[in-house]
Amino acid sequence: MAGADGDDSLYPIAVLIDELRNEDVQLRLNSIKKLSTIALALGVERTRTELLPFLTDTIYDEDEVLLALAEQLGNFTMLVGGPEYVHCLLPPLESLATVEETVVRDKAVESLRKISQEHSPVDLEVHFEPLVKRLASGDWFTSRTSACGLFSVCYPRVSSTVKAEIRQHFRTLCSDDTPMVRRAAASKLGEFAKVLELDYVKSDIISLFTALASDEQDSVRLLAVEACVSIATLLPQEDLETLVMPTLRQAAEDKSWRVRYMVADKFSELQKAVGPEITKNDLVPAFQNLLKDCEAEVRAAAANKVKEFCENLPEDSREQIIMTHILPCVKELVSDTNQHVKSALASVIMGLSTILGKDNTIEHLLPLFLAQLKDECPEVRLNIISNLDCVNEVIGIRQLSQSLLPAIVELAEDAKWRVRLAIIEYMPLLAGQLGVEFFDEKLNTLCMAWLIDHVYAIREAATCNLMKLVEKFGAEWAQNTIVPKVLGMANDPNYLHRMTTLFCINALSEACGQDITTKQMLPVVLKMSNDQVANVRFNVAKSLQKIGPVLDSNALQTEVKPVLEKLATDTDMDVKYFAQEAISGTTGSSVLGFLTLSICWPACVQRVFRDKGLKLNNGGHMRMSAKHDLQRRGDFVQENVSAAGVLRQARMLQSLHAAPGFAVNDCLILCCCTVKVT
Amino acid sequence: CLPPSLSLCLSLSPPADIISTVEFNHTGELLATGDKGGRVVIFQREPESKTEPFSQGEYNVYSTFQSHEPEFDYLKSLEIEEKINKIRWLPQQNAAHFLLSTNDKTIKLWKVPVLKPMDLMVEVSPRRVFANAHTYHVNSISVNSDYETYMSADDLRINLWHLDITDRSFNIVDIKPANMEDLTEVITAAEFHPHHCNLFVYSSSKGTLRLCDMREAALCDKHSKLFEEPEDPSARSFFSEIISSVSDVKFSHSGRYLLTRDYLTAKVWDLNMESKPLETYQVHDYLRSKLCSLYENDCIFDKFECAWNGSDSVIMTGAYNNFFRMFDRNTKRDVTLEASRESSKPRAVLKPRRVCAAGGKRRKDDISVDSLDFTKKILHTAWHPSENIIAIAATNNLYIFQDKLNSEMH
Repeated sequence: MAGADGDDSLYPIAVLIDELRNEDVQLRLNSIKKLSTIALALGVERTRTELLPFLTDTIYDEDEVLLALAEQLGNFTMLVGGPEYVHCLLPPLESLATVEETVVRDKAVESLRKISQEHSPVDLEVHFEPLVKRLASGDWFTSRTSACGLFSVCYPRVSSTVKAEIRQHFRTLCSDDTPMVRRAAASKLGEFAKVLELDYVKSDIISLFTALASDEQDSVRLLAVEACVSIATLLPQEDLETLVMPTLRQAAEDKSWRVRYMVADKFSELQKAVGPEITKNDLVPAFQNLLKDCEAEVRAAAANKVKEFCENLPEDSREQIIMTHILPCVKELVSDTNQHVKSALASVIMGLSTILGKDNTIEHLLPLFLAQLKDECPEVRLNIISNLDCVNEVIGIRQLSQSLLPAIVELAEDAKWRVRLAIIEYMPLLAGQLGVEFFDEKLNTLCMAWLIDHVYAIREAATCNLMKLVEKFGAEWAQNTIVPKVLGMANDPNYLHRMTTLFCINALSEACGQDITTKQMLPVVLKMSNDQVANVRFNVAKSLQKIGPVLDSNALQTEVKPVLEKLATDTDMDVKYFAQEAISGTTGSSVLGFLTLSICWPACVQRVFRDKGLKLNNGGHMRMSAKHDLQRRGDFVQENVSAAGVLRQARMLQSLHAAPGFAVNDCLILCCCTVKVT
Repeated sequence: CLPPSLSLCLSLSPPADIISTVEFNHTGELLATGDKGGRVVIFQREPESKTEPFSQGEYNVYSTFQSHEPEFDYLKSLEIEEKINKIRWLPQQNAAHFLLSTNDKTIKLWKVPVLKPMDLMVEVSPRRVFANAHTYHVNSISVNSDYETYMSADDLRINLWHLDITDRSFNIVDIKPANMEDLTEVITAAEFHPHHCNLFVYSSSKGTLRLCDMREAALCDKHSKLFEEPEDPSARSFFSEIISSVSDVKFSHSGRYLLTRDYLTAKVWDLNMESKPLETYQVHDYLRSKLCSLYENDCIFDKFECAWNGSDSVIMTGAYNNFFRMFDRNTKRDVTLEASRESSKPRAVLKPRRVCAAGGKRRKDDISVDSLDFTKKILHTAWHPSENIIAIAATNNLYIFQDKLNSEMH
């Protein structure tokens, strides 16, 4: 498009430079985000010869801008002319990979990894690999850490001499002076091992792994645990015992709890990687130790893995191992001193019942569940209740109902509203499992009591809960049990409770259907339009708008409309506003008002609009009123329109605002920035 | 041995405010001071120049910036002072330098960029703000040798932060009793071991030091070692506990020793001996008879800091009357020096001073205890990490002294 008009082709780059120097970070950021548009306008050759050198020179100091730049450059291959020229992107990304801000470096490395795949094998050796080497031998740790993430992407596609060099560089970084580089190397060890030939895994990687796993810094050692998973997966079973297990055993008993925590956290992965035999002989005792660890964080991490570990045990000895080795530890954890440990266990323990079957569950697990349902910590009880479905399948929930009910009641009345909120959210699930009779008998009163809770969030959740219950049990149930109670609250002296009636009606009308809504709910709502509290009255207007679609047109015309019209003349401003809104809403005309367009405008467009005095809010969103302003004049710039369309609209805008300062180039800016590169 | 002759190379008085912390970076090329007004001033050592041989070693102002502003905590109706309590430099990771500064509540990470030839000034920029983690007053910050975490200590708690994460910190020490009436001691200072990332030490108002190992547990409420000197029952008085409160603790560069300061003494502890300090140095024992009046004018609660020289052979700490003390650990010689504009002219060698205890024999130039000026106190001092250059904060003046022989030799 820019190419169509030779002289104008300079404008985009001029604008970019201008915006890049702007004091407002947001403007600089926006212009960087539009970089691909500019590149497209310039064409591949000028992007290579002008834009990229410019960007390399102006590596800007604002992290947000750098981050956006690093991300953009990862998708620039086609814009510089395809894989043949992709190496042009390396200089700016190399600089970005050395900055001090971690997120920027990581993003630059991510983009480098991405474009490495677009290099031909020759280019990879000529351009990419030298970059990796430069980074790996950089003065500051920032460049060396970045190098760690690049070895694995170029290794598979280079000649064997270069491979040997890469291995050497990786070895050097694994014993770097600074812990940051050793950490980066340790975190990429597993990934690097995966692309190495098996012989080198055995000769090189294992020695590096062993060294990192006994590093003096525990922050390095714990990363070696992660690598352990990948390495163990790569090695044949017979080598695991000699090459990996000594290190893993050492990690599981490390002096530092953080390393043991990592082992516990990665336990399922480790279990899968080392296979069933080693699991039986080594991991079971190791897991027992972790469950009994002196540090609560470690116990909690291990407790989280109980179900997964048991599931993945070899089938032939699973039950025996669980019953003799794991269950005794689990029993102790039920009465652990630390509530995080107990609640971690409570979130998975129910899963054991499917593994152990009905008889074992009743004999061994049920007492534990019951104990946890009585735990002093609400989170433990909640976790048990939220996982009831597992037990329901195996032994049926009735076994638990004796203890369940007091637990639910206690949670429902907990002093902390967040706890009450959590239990409400499980109500529909519980109702489904316990059945309608049990629910009506025991839980219905609770659900109604929440409607008059003194915390709004609870009343709101209770309203939503009723809707879900009606969806589950049906309209007839609703009519008999909850609708009368909800409507009864319309006469409550507390206006907050009266409003709850309206909120319930909003939520329930659809599930209850036209009949109940018209005959029972509507009269109550209409009557409340005379409420003395304005908040209730404008909520009546809102409710009428909400239930409008459920009502038939006769009721709308004869009952709803007169009430709304009366409210529209209310003395209160808000009541008037919402009544008017409801009138236009229920009668089908479009909603006016200040809707926000979801289009985020390019910075230079925003500036153009601002110059012209059009309304823009702070986030750079254009308000609907401005949209109308343009629409009235015949056209409007939309997102995703074609380039020709944009140009046409730009000319239109120009004619609209033929004022000094709003020149052709502004329109072109608008064009450039609005075209989406697809 | 003690630096044979210290000469003043710079004396600066930043406008108005009292210096509240002094800290060299890891190479000694930069020196940062924080003041009561929330400002941080960074000095840079001039590179050696052939035309002006004396300019080598001089520190000039590199950048000044406002680190903290006064704030108001509306929930607690508390004013939060902007005073900088501590500054710590991060190990250098690229051309730019980074430092942490803290007031009572909020820790900030700053980037000190390299001065580019075209730039007129160095613009220090804020990188991270670590807020809302301290209920009490932050007294210490210390960067870990793993280069990714640091800790901040207040009166009752110590938190561990990741340098990249501002919205979360981990509590590693909590000595707050369930009932505040049971409170018997507070944390006065804390520092990480220079090499072992898992070890840190904190001192208490009861005169004890606790060494903790973060490998053992997530919450280090059980110490690994407790360093405590048994109290001499005969010397017990009303002031015993107050003067035994540790005001500063510093690991030696080797990591083997701990240097502590209490009101009257500086002590060196061996990490391998918990029962008593290896060495005890009297800083101003002549004040022992004046504790009553020092209690009345609140001076007894002054928090003097202490410092090691680069080779751990000499220690330094401040005193009153703009005096500061140095002790040579090998020769056991000690010296009292004065930081003042009157007594020290640029490039003049400092004269040792002597305080004559009440009733003692008075020599010429001796100062009597009664004429000491207790408003002129040297609380904050710093020693260059490798050379004999020291920075002394005397209320609102910063003095930088360096070993004359040293500068002539190089």
